[in-house]
Amino acid sequence: MEEGSKRRVDPCPKLLDLIPNERHRMVRDPGGGGGSSGLGAEEERKLELKLGPPGREEEPSILSLGYFSKASKTTTNIYNLYSGAKRGFLDTVESKPKDHHQQQQNGLLQLNNRAGLGKEVFTDTSGKAEQQLRLERKACSQTSRTGTAPVVGWPPIRSFRKNIASSSSKPSLGSQNEGEVKAELSFRKGLLVKINMDGIPIGRKVDLKIYDSYEKLPLAVEELFRGLLEAQKDPSVVESRNHGEEEQTFSGLLDGTGKYTLVYEDREGDRMLVGDVPWDMFLATARRLRVLKTSELSGLSLGGVCRKRNNTTTITDNNKVLS
Amino acid sequence: MPPHPEWTAAMFPDEVWEHVFSFLPSDADRNVAAASCHAWLRIERRSRRRVFVGNCYAVAPAVAVARFPEARAVEVKGKPHFADFDLVPGDWGGGADEWVAAMAEGWPQLEELRFKRMVVSDDCLEVIARSFRNFRVLGLAFCEGFSTAGLAAVAANCRNLRVLDLQENVIEDNCSHWLSHFPESFTSLVHLNIACLPGEVNVPVLERLVSRCTNLKTLKLNHAVPLEKLVILLRKAPQLVDLGTGRFSGEHHLDLYSKLESAFTGYKSLKSLSGTWEAVPAYLPAVYSVCEGLTSLNLSYATTQNPELIKLVSRCKSLQRLWVMDFIEDDGLAAVASSCKLLQELRVFPSDPYGPQPVSLTERGLVAISAGCPMLHSVLYFCNQMTNAALIAIALNRPNLTRFRLCIIEPQTPDYLTLQPLDAGFSAIVESCKDLRRLSVSGLLTDRVFKSIGAYADRLEMLSVAFAGDSDAGLHYILSGCKSLRKLEIRDCPFGDKPLLANAAKLETMRSLWMSSCSLTLGACKLLARKMPRLNVEIIDERRGASWDSRPDDCPVEKLYVYRTVAGPRSDTPSCVWTV
Repeated sequence: MEEGSKRRVDPCPKLLDLIPNERHRMVRDPGGGGGSSGLGAEEERKLELKLGPPGREEEPSILSLGYFSKASKTTTNIYNLYSGAKRGFLDTVESKPKDHHQQQQNGLLQLNNRAGLGKEVFTDTSGKAEQQLRLERKACSQTSRTGTAPVVGWPPIRSFRKNIASSSSKPSLGSQNEGEVKAELSFRKGLLVKINMDGIPIGRKVDLKIYDSYEKLPLAVEELFRGLLEAQKDPSVVESRNHGEEEQTFSGLLDGTGKYTLVYEDREGDRMLVGDVPWDMFLATARRLRVLKTSELSGLSLGGVCRKRNNTTTITDNNKVLS
Repeated sequence: MPPHPEWTAAMFPDEVWEHVFSFLPSDADRNVAAASCHAWLRIERRSRRRVFVGNCYAVAPAVAVARFPEARAVEVKGKPHFADFDLVPGDWGGGADEWVAAMAEGWPQLEELRFKRMVVSDDCLEVIARSFRNFRVLGLAFCEGFSTAGLAAVAANCRNLRVLDLQENVIEDNCSHWLSHFPESFTSLVHLNIACLPGEVNVPVLERLVSRCTNLKTLKLNHAVPLEKLVILLRKAPQLVDLGTGRFSGEHHLDLYSKLESAFTGYKSLKSLSGTWEAVPAYLPAVYSVCEGLTSLNLSYATTQNPELIKLVSRCKSLQRLWVMDFIEDDGLAAVASSCKLLQELRVFPSDPYGPQPVSLTERGLVAISAGCPMLHSVLYFCNQMTNAALIAIALNRPNLTRFRLCIIEPQTPDYLTLQPLDAGFSAIVESCKDLRRLSVSGLLTDRVFKSIGAYADRLEMLSVAFAGDSDAGLHYILSGCKSLRKLEIRDCPFGDKPLLANAAKLETMRSLWMSSCSLTLGACKLLARKMPRLNVEIIDERRGASWDSRPDDCPVEKLYVYRTVAGPRSDTPSCVWTV
């Protein structure tokens, strides 16, 4: 229990040893344990000189070591020290005239830098200093988060929730089966599936993840295969074909009205018409795509829901193209 | 209040006064009435049907039972709130045995029993199961100490049970077929919440139970029930108003999806949806058809992220309560702010509290909600950064806040833009939100914020403070102000003996005070105990070292729990607790 309550690498007792009866002046609990060990004598002197409200001699310092029993190097100490100093900081920032304020703030900066990263920043302009401070703080808090042991009971979430939270950050969710895990993973990364087109020996690959709906898919298919299709065409046929019809090659891919129809193969190996299920469902189950000639479709065995199609139109279109 | 209560009381028979008292809305009001004269005391206590005991050690069970002989419903709470976060040793107390024994003896007509944060044994459950002929409601929340064997006893014997509500209890699973103990003739169940059950659930048995309990309105399943089984259960109970799914995943199957979707399409009355552990995004659209009617949505166990999460939530136009994880991000909350105009309660939980925080949930999300949802009054929000400006905006946008709990995950985090403490922000909250009843503060805070809280938070009943304040003044401000304060819990603050002793009398007006990792000493605790005989002053020492009798007065006290009581020091203190 006691172990758990220790927050971070703890330079405070060390500092106390050096300045036994002074109020501790640290503003922020040192994060990441970075700079503490690098505490140079010069910097300590700077602490003594610059920080803390001048002329404040109030009720006995709660920080005097005798106050606590020997045994405690606990969180209690740390936060008392910290907070005692905080008041000093606040008064410094709020109630003092500007020049003094600047000076205090610079001192503060030095302290913070030492505490956080061991770097030194001496600036006179408050704007730049503040920006620097902000950056240091950010870096400070980032390192501190990943590097330190959690405090007992903090943040205040119940154990039921803690378990969910910890399992969500791992890729393998123990209670699910592997297939689902893989599917989950594929949601996160790109989803590259092979796509083949009837009559074209070379297959392509398409990343389904970059589309968020069926809308853009036909366009993508067109982009992948138009070049290849053109390269294959019989030159004599090309002349008689008009421009409009060429563009129509890839239209109606999803609704059965086009020359070609987009189908996919799912995890079970069944062939399905693309567009039947919600997009997310499709992403989860599609393993492979095919662009098939609509005329050949009825001859194939298709799993899942069959869509009504206007077969006459299709055949007519085919005839048009082939003539 | 009549000028001569004894006269007036005599003017009408008791039954008339009983009827009058039945209109008094709260226990507090009834207490006042009871205190006005002997006649009213007698009448009120004989007619009180609902008894609420906020601290199980505040009164001896036998005394409470004797005082209200006609009680039909009772709720008893045990451990301090911080027990939820492992700050209270497991053997601290809160045992339900004595209460159950007294109730079995003195309240044979008892119909409803609720325990919160208590240690309930299987023996307790057996006694409950056999002692109350007309038993209808059993609610156990955040309890521990029992197993499914105890539940089996309840199932077997409580013939008229309407409600079995098990909320986040720690239950041992040693009787996996406990559900089968509900007899075939049993049909009265209206509410069944087994979400916290650790083990497998016998679904066919549950299926039959659900089929014959045609009045079932609430069904909350546990993690072990996958979607395939959910679909089966849903078909048996199309009248459900409140559904907690099991884990929201299953074998990927086209069929399953369409079955799930059509199952939900039949759900005309569904108002509340929860569960959804590990929700695989692909299945979420299946619930779209019920979204419009939902008033309560708990996705706080669903690891779903955006955009699927936003898509789901923004369809729920009637939402009054939303619990989510921080995966919702600021964007999601902005969407909620524009879609869910009836929102009253928002809770945002952290998905990864101990690791690096990649989630983009900041103060902006909360500000957006406060601006967009005029009926919002209850907030629990975990985040990493905050500014005074944001808090002030929230305060001005939502003066109707009644509960505001903000947890900035890193202790003592200042306003990230100005690097100032968040005093100004929280001060604005208490000044603006006049009806604030519950407040949890966090971030970098000095004594000044407590000055504001003490001065302005007149209706505040519960205050939680952690890693805040500079000196004794902070605690003094709280205890000398906060007129309505009932519960105060403090951890890791530099508050010492003086304000505690100076405000000893205040403690008797409160239910309890918890202080851990502050600057208290044994001497002060002794003084307090001596000064205030109607308080139990408990020192909790997990190291269970040398007897506290022999320690010096300046010995620091790590954990202190003080509560008012008419029962005197308790007799079941474990070795880690010393009543001063």
